[in-house]
Amino acid sequence: MSLRNRELVSLLGASLIVTLGFASVYLAQQSTTSSASISYIGIFLGLYLIAHLVTRAQLPYADPYLLPLAALLTGIGVTMIYRIDPALALRQGVWVAVGLVLFVGGIILVRDYRKLESIKYTLGIAAVVLLVLPALPGIGRTINGATLWVDLGPFVFQPGELAKVLIVVFLASYLRDRRDVLRGSRWYSLPPLRHLGPLIVVWGAAIVVLMLTNDLGGGLLYFSVFLAMLYLATGRILYVLGGLGLFAAGALAVYRVTPHVADRVSIWLDPWSDPNGAGYQLVQSIYAISSGGLFGSGLGRGALFTSEGSSYIPFLETDFIYSALVQELGLVGGAALLLLYVMFVYRGFRVAMLATDGFAKLLIGGLTAAFAIQAFLILGGVTGLIPLTGITLPFVSYGGSSVVANLLILGLILSVSDRANRRALGEPERGLLAVGGLAR
Amino acid sequence: MNRELRRLFFVFTLLFAALVGIGSYWLWRAPSLEARQGNPTQIVRDVTTKRGLIYASDAETILARNRGRQVSGRRWFLRRYPTGELTAHVVGYTTLDRSRAGLEKSMNDFLTGTNSNLSTVLERVRSRVQGDIREGNDLVLTIDAKAQAKALEVLQGTCGSIVAIEPATGRVLVMASTPSYDPNLVARRFDEVLNQRGPCRPAAPLLNRSTQGLYAPGSTFKLVTAAAALDTGRYTPESTFVDPGYCTEYGQRVFNYSDQNGPEIFGRVTLGEAMEHSINAVFCDIGQELGADTVLEYARRFGFYEKPPLETPAEERVASGLYEGNQLFVPELESDVDVGRLAFGQERLLATPTQMAMVAATIANGGRGMEPFVVDRIIKPDDSVLSRTKPEPMARAITRRTAFELAAMMELVTTTGTGRRAQIPGVRVAGKTGTAETGRNDRNDTWFVGFAPVDNPEVAIAVAISDQSGTGGGIAAPKAKEVMEVLLR
Repeated sequence: MSLRNRELVSLLGASLIVTLGFASVYLAQQSTTSSASISYIGIFLGLYLIAHLVTRAQLPYADPYLLPLAALLTGIGVTMIYRIDPALALRQGVWVAVGLVLFVGGIILVRDYRKLESIKYTLGIAAVVLLVLPALPGIGRTINGATLWVDLGPFVFQPGELAKVLIVVFLASYLRDRRDVLRGSRWYSLPPLRHLGPLIVVWGAAIVVLMLTNDLGGGLLYFSVFLAMLYLATGRILYVLGGLGLFAAGALAVYRVTPHVADRVSIWLDPWSDPNGAGYQLVQSIYAISSGGLFGSGLGRGALFTSEGSSYIPFLETDFIYSALVQELGLVGGAALLLLYVMFVYRGFRVAMLATDGFAKLLIGGLTAAFAIQAFLILGGVTGLIPLTGITLPFVSYGGSSVVANLLILGLILSVSDRANRRALGEPERGLLAVGGLAR
Repeated sequence: MNRELRRLFFVFTLLFAALVGIGSYWLWRAPSLEARQGNPTQIVRDVTTKRGLIYASDAETILARNRGRQVSGRRWFLRRYPTGELTAHVVGYTTLDRSRAGLEKSMNDFLTGTNSNLSTVLERVRSRVQGDIREGNDLVLTIDAKAQAKALEVLQGTCGSIVAIEPATGRVLVMASTPSYDPNLVARRFDEVLNQRGPCRPAAPLLNRSTQGLYAPGSTFKLVTAAAALDTGRYTPESTFVDPGYCTEYGQRVFNYSDQNGPEIFGRVTLGEAMEHSINAVFCDIGQELGADTVLEYARRFGFYEKPPLETPAEERVASGLYEGNQLFVPELESDVDVGRLAFGQERLLATPTQMAMVAATIANGGRGMEPFVVDRIIKPDDSVLSRTKPEPMARAITRRTAFELAAMMELVTTTGTGRRAQIPGVRVAGKTGTAETGRNDRNDTWFVGFAPVDNPEVAIAVAISDQSGTGGGIAAPKAKEVMEVLLR
């Protein structure tokens, strides 16, 4: 079967699963949902079909499983959001549509991802600007103590999600250039400061901004991605260990200084020290996870809402969506979702391995690592494995910026994959052949 | 770089495996987490169960029902008590956060149907998939709604309790306690319940004074002393005594009840007359003659020193007997207890209204009491009877003859003695009044204990009202009359 036909069949499989899930929620919640809403899922899956047709035309050699995986993950997300609040599901559906339009547009417009390399400093600065935006008075918005949102009138946007992509692009191109210098000749040799400087400046600025906006999850994510990419570029564990050491020291300092962080850590160590106050979210999340059993209560049948109709767990549709999912689909359902993430990460890394140039390897390796780390940070947080930091679950959580950014990442990965596979098969490169994007 | 990519992927796989691991850990911990307060799983399971209704004895008056409400696609059942404070202490309450009291607590498994109506595993699976609403069993109580309402009415403005039992079966017809509370307020306006004021302190509206209220039984305990005196064969109703107006205990005089003219002095009297006029000195002598062991042995036979057997939660029932501080105590030596004062219900003796109603019911039933019960039957959702309470006799307390003699003496109390205000026209009423000093000035525990009709007892009753300056005959007896009238109608 050709790559694209594999993609189509997988996409149909994913559609079937999502449709079943949606129908199951609808059946369990007939009183609060309308039959019209069931047609949303058709539109939603139709959009993915269009995305598939575009990859068929534009990126015929791209990895065939990443798009269906994204469809399944966003589909599961929309289904869970629909179960939590049908009105939000519609909004999320619109965001997925916007993301897919950008995905398609990105594929058509960015004909050669290598061009990104040449504007790396512009992108790096743009990333920092994006991160600063929410802190600007007038357009900045603070939600739950973190200043991460930009209010654009009709909708609220989280520029950090886009900044994440830009920072990875910057790091990839910078690390590729300085790779050999950074690696050094001996395992203990340190690179000259002038090579390390710009790296630390851009990364440091990002971290400082994140600390200023009170976004622990973001800070942790950037730091981890930085270390992962440094390791990919240099292959030196010493950097990772040194980085972790620095992080531990930094974390200890922050722990001492910032009551916010100290609270998070002490809640993590003993959620039941204050089950109705500071520990409430985590305790309720753990209750939801533990009571799901092996197979869960069934979609739409979980104990998620009080008699007043408010959810027991705050931020159920964003940070804690996994808790809701495990409650209703059980440990088996939760493990299945985790498996989907591992599969996505596997395909991502596979694309990175098959890529022929260092920039592409670092770019896709970094983006995939960011994806995996982000998922782990929030999943570990809501299950009590690591201290809880507010961050979205890629593709699944409610939130437009996150879905859009992740679909953009998907577009980049598929572009790289298409190029690498063409090379391997001896096919002509896309950029050389095509005159106009869709004409081919 | 591929080696690094491979290693990194391996690390991420481990991290995600750890997430499955912690998920399994929480699943393993689920049973212990489920019991924690604030875990909504159990709450939602409870509240999506259609709890059984609770009816009064007429099987029509609803004491507890459900109000359905749609919550995020599921039907929730919130508890309502249409009769408000009428049976608050017996029925109790249940709230969303699973605080419960009364039968709502002790009969929870029946009311929620967790005693399982679905026989097979297959049926349970089908029911779960279809999202059937779990239905509980209904309860029909023995409480007579009209008499209960009358009891609350006559108790209004006092701190006290009325308990009425059908002597032949042990059915509890009335169990009223004041100040009462509105169980509908418990879930949301608990402060209002707690801050309620009453004529006594603390007002303690949540306390079921019928089974948890301990009062000095005073002269009503003379029934037990007289039972011991007659049953042991040491005395007859015609045994005579000389009453000097006091009896001597450890060289000190203990005087009879004082009216305006000082302590009453009756001179030569029979045991029957001593009962009729409630002469302390005579019972003091009898007590000294019989000894504390014998008196307490008979108290035990009537149910003292044990929690009255009822379906309400055990922690809402207390045993009657001698109390040292807050502890029930059994004297090891005769000298540990002042037997003369014990014999007329003082000393450190405390009794619940239910216990004293059991004393009356036992005498009324010819010396053999029936275990009191408040749940008549349990009805399954398909309207068939799941179980019906069978009246259970307790061990015989006294001989039929003793009971008969006591009944005759008690009838004199209401015809010519201290309990005349319990008289009901056309009905022979037996009774005994009590006015117990509590050590606080003008704060007597006042009692009336009795039954009617004497020849064929249909109701035995105990009325206890605390913090009174009057007497049992003046305060408790007329209330007993009013409630018995409703029950005998």
